[in-house]
Amino acid sequence: MKIDIKHVALRQAQDKQNGQGQMKINIKHIAKLANLKLKDEDLPRLETQLNEIVSYVEKLNEVNTKNIEITSQVTGLENVTREDTPAPSLTQEEVLSGTRSKHNGLFKVGAILEE
Amino acid sequence: MIGLETHIELKTKSKMFCACSADYSGREPNTHVCPVCLGLPGTLPIPNKTAIEWCIKIALSLNCNVSNISKFDRKNYFYPDLPKGYQISQYDEPFGLAGWIQLKDKRIRIRRVHMEEDTAKLTHQFGTQNSKLKTQNFSLIDFNRSGVPLVEIVTEPDFENAGEVTEYLQKLQQIVRYLDVSNADMEKGDMRLEPNISLAVSEQGLAVGNKSQQPKAKSQLPPYKVEVKNINSFRFVAKAIEEEIVRQSEILDKGETPLQETRGWDENKNTTVSQRTKEEAHDYRYFPEPDIPPIRFADSQISNIKSQIPELPDSKRERFVREYAIPVYDAEILVRERSDADYFEQTVKDGKKHNLTPKQVANYIINKKPNIEKTVPAELVELILVTQETKELDKEELEHAIELVLEENPKAVEDYKKGKTQVLGFLIGKVRTLLPPNSSSEGIRELIEQSLK
Amino acid sequence: MKLNELTIKEAVEGLKGKKFSSVEITQACLDQIEKHNSEINAFIAVNEHALDEARRADEIRESDSNSPLLGVPIALKDIYMTKGLRTTAASKVLENYIPQYDATVVRKLKDAGAVILGKLNHDAWAHGASGENSDFGPTKNPWNTDYVPGGSSSGSAAAVALNMTIAASGTDTGGSIRQPASFTNTVGLKPTYGLVSRYGIIAMASSLDSIGHLTKTVEDCAIYLNVTAGNDPMDATITKNRIPNYLEDLNKGVGGIKIGMPKEYLGSGLDPRIKENIEKVIKKFGELGAEMVEISLPHTEYGLACYYIIQPAEVSSNLARYDGIRYGYDRSYFGDEAVRRIILGTFTLSSGYYEAYYKKAMQVRTLIRQDFEKAFEKVDAIISPVSPTPPWKLGEKVDDPLKMYLSDAYTVIANLAGIPGLAVPSGFIQHQTFGAGFIGDLPRSDRGLPTGFQILGPQFSEKLLFRIGHAFEQTQERRICEI
Repeated sequence: MKIDIKHVALRQAQDKQNGQGQMKINIKHIAKLANLKLKDEDLPRLETQLNEIVSYVEKLNEVNTKNIEITSQVTGLENVTREDTPAPSLTQEEVLSGTRSKHNGLFKVGAILEE
Repeated sequence: MIGLETHIELKTKSKMFCACSADYSGREPNTHVCPVCLGLPGTLPIPNKTAIEWCIKIALSLNCNVSNISKFDRKNYFYPDLPKGYQISQYDEPFGLAGWIQLKDKRIRIRRVHMEEDTAKLTHQFGTQNSKLKTQNFSLIDFNRSGVPLVEIVTEPDFENAGEVTEYLQKLQQIVRYLDVSNADMEKGDMRLEPNISLAVSEQGLAVGNKSQQPKAKSQLPPYKVEVKNINSFRFVAKAIEEEIVRQSEILDKGETPLQETRGWDENKNTTVSQRTKEEAHDYRYFPEPDIPPIRFADSQISNIKSQIPELPDSKRERFVREYAIPVYDAEILVRERSDADYFEQTVKDGKKHNLTPKQVANYIINKKPNIEKTVPAELVELILVTQETKELDKEELEHAIELVLEENPKAVEDYKKGKTQVLGFLIGKVRTLLPPNSSSEGIRELIEQSLK
Repeated sequence: MKLNELTIKEAVEGLKGKKFSSVEITQACLDQIEKHNSEINAFIAVNEHALDEARRADEIRESDSNSPLLGVPIALKDIYMTKGLRTTAASKVLENYIPQYDATVVRKLKDAGAVILGKLNHDAWAHGASGENSDFGPTKNPWNTDYVPGGSSSGSAAAVALNMTIAASGTDTGGSIRQPASFTNTVGLKPTYGLVSRYGIIAMASSLDSIGHLTKTVEDCAIYLNVTAGNDPMDATITKNRIPNYLEDLNKGVGGIKIGMPKEYLGSGLDPRIKENIEKVIKKFGELGAEMVEISLPHTEYGLACYYIIQPAEVSSNLARYDGIRYGYDRSYFGDEAVRRIILGTFTLSSGYYEAYYKKAMQVRTLIRQDFEKAFEKVDAIISPVSPTPPWKLGEKVDDPLKMYLSDAYTVIANLAGIPGLAVPSGFIQHQTFGAGFIGDLPRSDRGLPTGFQILGPQFSEKLLFRIGHAFEQTQERRICEI
């Protein structure tokens, strides 16, 4: 099993030397999709780390997966459903118990629409 | 060429992935909510069997292929009305694919029919602008609607004008009502639609095009898409589409390209307005929902669901024309609501022993619009018979009776001519004794007056 | 023996025989927590009602002594939802969150009579292999506080090891129970995916999350699973199988059982001391009468890469609900590791990359499952190392996430395949130099640091794993951790 740390450390060093540290991820775009606001000063370090990880996972390219089915779950179960029978809900008080921002039984958030 | 995405809210008893009551209309906010539909940490979805069967019913009714295996996927995006940060929907294996709805003159292709969950209800409150104390705008969220089952029906970009869209929607509404799976009331939001409208400058000039966001869309048409939301009536659909075509044409005529955006129908301004939201980037990052095992239907199960589908409006209309020899126009009106159609058929059946023709029944129902909830078909037959007799009283018979009465009562005729018009009542009474009982007195007065001139 | 040092079995027997009360055991655990938690940081919060619960258990004892865990104090990893008891996921995001409901497993444990001592520390959102990613500070390895206890179920492992609790729950998405168990001389079970309900456990990666526990003995592990396993109408991925009594075969020994040893696993990545330890384990099983067979799991080499695509992708989606609207604080409160995984997962799912990363990983996952299916045609179970290295020093890997991820190499494959894994202690190893340039400091304790191995079996073979683990455990001496 090729998981040896020295090997990876070496590869990291090589990547840096060869200028392979070039960005694989458009981090600002991805952060926007992920609804995260990143601080500019955190970006370079994050980029380096993510680049290394992405380089590592690209190891999968060595595997021939032609005509291989995907596995998205492992239980082999099918058709797990429930009957259409209603059951009691939480009380309004319980529903709102976790928020600091409410108004007349509703959750209150900053304006969504720009008028 | 306009494409349409329609959401139909199913009227199941419970929500799509939890057991909260789905009957939320008019309830106190945030009282039909549980850990699952509030998206609390650690919660998991369990799909509602009835909702899935109803979705398949809709798909089959729209002539779709229903495959043996389907699955749910996560559609990831952020919006305050989406508690989990993803909507459980279906991506590449929806319940229904490649169907159609037949309009009068053309067929609208259905690209897909899939199952998903509704979002919470957001209402926007705008603070006062004029006040010196600037109040802030904010939005309020009620999660009662969150997780109610929705069926999304996506067409190919086959519409050419607003009229076709309206016709399609009426058909769709009729079908889901026939299936008894949704109230499909647009005003109440049971049926919501989002037309995608975009125009392309073709070689012949301006043409209407469409680009849909659905996964399989590969339209090489215009480089933008305008989606119109907030449409809550048939009337506004047509208006919104027409307005949007005009607006986009004007922009294109100036040599510019309309912005890709979501616009909302503003019923006060009678136009569409840009609805720019703070969240703009869209990349839904679909992936198979790991919390729900796939759904498999054997052919026998699919045919079983199919066998539960009632006769739908189109076939019913054709059968009515064929079986009852009524005009297409009448049949069309009668089949609009399944209850009316059933009522018509029962009345025809009951009226048969009284020699009522289907045409007579159809005429009565269409013209008199009886309250079908209060009048059972047998009663209606009685009512029709009464009217029939009145109507069958032909003019000749009436004229003959009047002639007879005037001959037999010369004194009254003389009095009338002297100006004693009150004798008219006496004469009408005499005429009526000669007519069959229950005849209508309509027209008798006029005819006597005429004869006395 | 002090009451807090009891196993579940000993506690239940003593309680039944009225040798001591639940209040007494609970108090002994609370005393131990009080004494050591400031240094070890295993608990995020102690349940202030624990003694009341113990008192109630003692009262119930008078009328009913059938509840399997009646009066036994346990502690929960702080990603188990506990109604009315703050649950943080060890993250600032949920720093003040009071759940409105109980996880199914919590309800089952309560129904079984367990006393909840409190909520345990872990890497925030269960992201990590050292316990250092907690927003409430790192947990320390009670065997040597300069070292990490492993993660993400760091508090669970430390608390069981130091007898702050009788047993503890955990979660294992890529090794988060087995690895800390092996770092702390405790027994850790990652059950078959879908054997124990995930409802009410804060999701990390939904297709991989397994809900297990850490105990002092293999037998305790089986007793605990008897309570937690099985049907839950709130989890669509739970098994429909009948749940056996996991204690049934415990003492049957390993005679005639075929145990596989994957040849790929003793390769270059393995620390020589771990290698030496596992070779001793293999020898021991031979002596106990098991038939040791060399097998091959060719695709497990790709397990880690596969895991670090699938897991962050699911993490990115599962953490999307934390928007600060309905509960908790907003997304700016996520720590570095959560941010890394969200970004990574969002990237691999994004338009244009899905096929190359996520889909590819799901295909490789199929190949890994097939490796195991083939292997289990030849053998009944497989043994393997848990971690490629012994515990490392606090701070050693915090700035190098990839290095941290590499420590999951032997554990993630069980999660990808959905099979069960049982980590069993296999002794203590001495510190020595290893690799180029690494000089291990002399340990505070001359007994060295714990290590363990794992037993993997086909889906739903937990009963067999307990049987094998128990047989090995009988050959080992139980050590009490003292600081």
